[in-house]
Amino acid sequence: MRTLLGVIAISIQVTMVLTLVGLSDGMLNEQASRARGVGADILLRPPGSAIIASGGQMLEKIIPAVIDKTPHVTAATGTLIFGTDLFNYLTGVDVATFDRLNGGFRFVKGGPFQHPDDVMVDEVYASQHQLHVGDTINNTNHPWRVSGIYEPGMLARMVVPLTTLQDLTGNTGKVSTVYVKVDNPANIPGVISELAEKLKTYKVYSMEDYTSLFSASNIPMLTDFIWVVVGVGVLVGFLVVFLSMYTAVLERTREIGILKALGASQAYILNILLRETVLLAIAGSILGILLSYVTRFVIRDLVHSALIQAIVPGWWPRAAAIAIIGALLGALYPGLKAARQDPIEALAYD
Amino acid sequence: MTEGEPIISTRGLRKTYHVGEVDVHALRGVDLDVQPGEFVSIVGPSGSGKSTLFHILGGLTPPTAGTVRIAGRDLFGMSDAERTEVRKTTVGFVFQKYNLLPTLTARENIEIARDIAGRNGPLDPQFVEVLKLLGIEARLDHKPRALSGGEQQRVAIARAIVNRPAILLADEPTGNLDTENSSAVLALLRDLNQRLGQTILMITHDPEAAGYGHRIVRMRDGHVE
Repeated sequence: MRTLLGVIAISIQVTMVLTLVGLSDGMLNEQASRARGVGADILLRPPGSAIIASGGQMLEKIIPAVIDKTPHVTAATGTLIFGTDLFNYLTGVDVATFDRLNGGFRFVKGGPFQHPDDVMVDEVYASQHQLHVGDTINNTNHPWRVSGIYEPGMLARMVVPLTTLQDLTGNTGKVSTVYVKVDNPANIPGVISELAEKLKTYKVYSMEDYTSLFSASNIPMLTDFIWVVVGVGVLVGFLVVFLSMYTAVLERTREIGILKALGASQAYILNILLRETVLLAIAGSILGILLSYVTRFVIRDLVHSALIQAIVPGWWPRAAAIAIIGALLGALYPGLKAARQDPIEALAYD
Repeated sequence: MTEGEPIISTRGLRKTYHVGEVDVHALRGVDLDVQPGEFVSIVGPSGSGKSTLFHILGGLTPPTAGTVRIAGRDLFGMSDAERTEVRKTTVGFVFQKYNLLPTLTARENIEIARDIAGRNGPLDPQFVEVLKLLGIEARLDHKPRALSGGEQQRVAIARAIVNRPAILLADEPTGNLDTENSSAVLALLRDLNQRLGQTILMITHDPEAAGYGHRIVRMRDGHVE
């Protein structure tokens, strides 16, 4: 019973780590795949901008002034991101130029903007918020009418006309990202170096490089947070196993005394307890990995959250290692206490 | 150890326990020699120091003063680890309360003693004969709670001698057994002594049990009488 509780506690710790990492990765993968969905080959971000944060703007006029004049560029368009919060933001799009990248949005219902105050949402957002064409939503203190619902995987979940968003947010003439399409993939490196030359302080990425940056380890805030959770995980594992092993050692005082009478060394007894601890941690890790599928199910299918949790097998060994380290630390003191027990006292223990 | 030397030899053996601020002199100078192959019974009233002597001879606790030679090695001044080594290689214990590990089968209880001694692989044929002699071969896959007291004590005896210790120490081995099982266990100890030449030191309250030994050593107030 105590063993089972220990396994469950360790599994919760493992799930906690895996869910957090899974959420980070899931959200970032989602963003990366939406960025790829745009169909651009090259992406420009303003000087000093971070990878995904919406901050940083640049003048829209660099598109006609510089980018469109670069050889091999077939299309370029700017978007403006205005975040209401980290995972929920409006993206301003100039549909006319955007469509030239990849044919634009594929609509499930309705169609493109007809008025400046129209919004287009993807199917995921529409089903989460039960939206239909013609409904009105409020965002950024502004009412928007839903003109169309498009297939997910394209740019963003909520898209509004670029000029409307620029005016609404005091960013007239500014964009936060420029997407560039090149005539032939072979010319991408050449265009990148030419743009980097012309726009020295700007960040120019190939779409491939850009989307590969979308991993939790490239987001400083996220890595810090993950380390905090890992630390909490080790602490939880430590405390659970400490208590569990401490009581186990007390309960088995007599058995330990018997082993000592048979000539078992301190190392032998410590080894038995540490092996048991590792088994406990491994069982907890396996259960924790299974539970991370349960949390994904809950997040996706029961809560219908906007959050996306990925299953990250790369973190399984890490989460298990965290559990094992915490558990071994927790078992050390009870184990040493057991190993150093006086055999006569232990044998007299009832 | 040279030929003819006692397998157990104590001289001026003292043990003093500190209980709070009081010193308890459990052994006050014990001189005892036991020859290899002897079966010695130690009798005496409670508090006479029998158990303390047993614990010191078994390397479970260090002596306060005097010499204690077991199979040629002096236990006085030994470290905890060295005494552990003595328990592992030289001494086998049989206790009044059997002290089998409750979660292991009889066989596993015997095997863990071999494992502690760093031995593995199948039991040697001679030991299998001993198991037959003990009459427990058919009960080896049962856990202790499924065994009678007499069976448990016979498993404990098997465990105590599986590593061929120089001496077998038995502390009230029949204290928890009825007359019939007591006689069986005592007869077995005598058999082991006669057939294998196993040196046995047995503590007992029971004069009849003591009679199974070659010789009876009486203790009183921390001395051998």
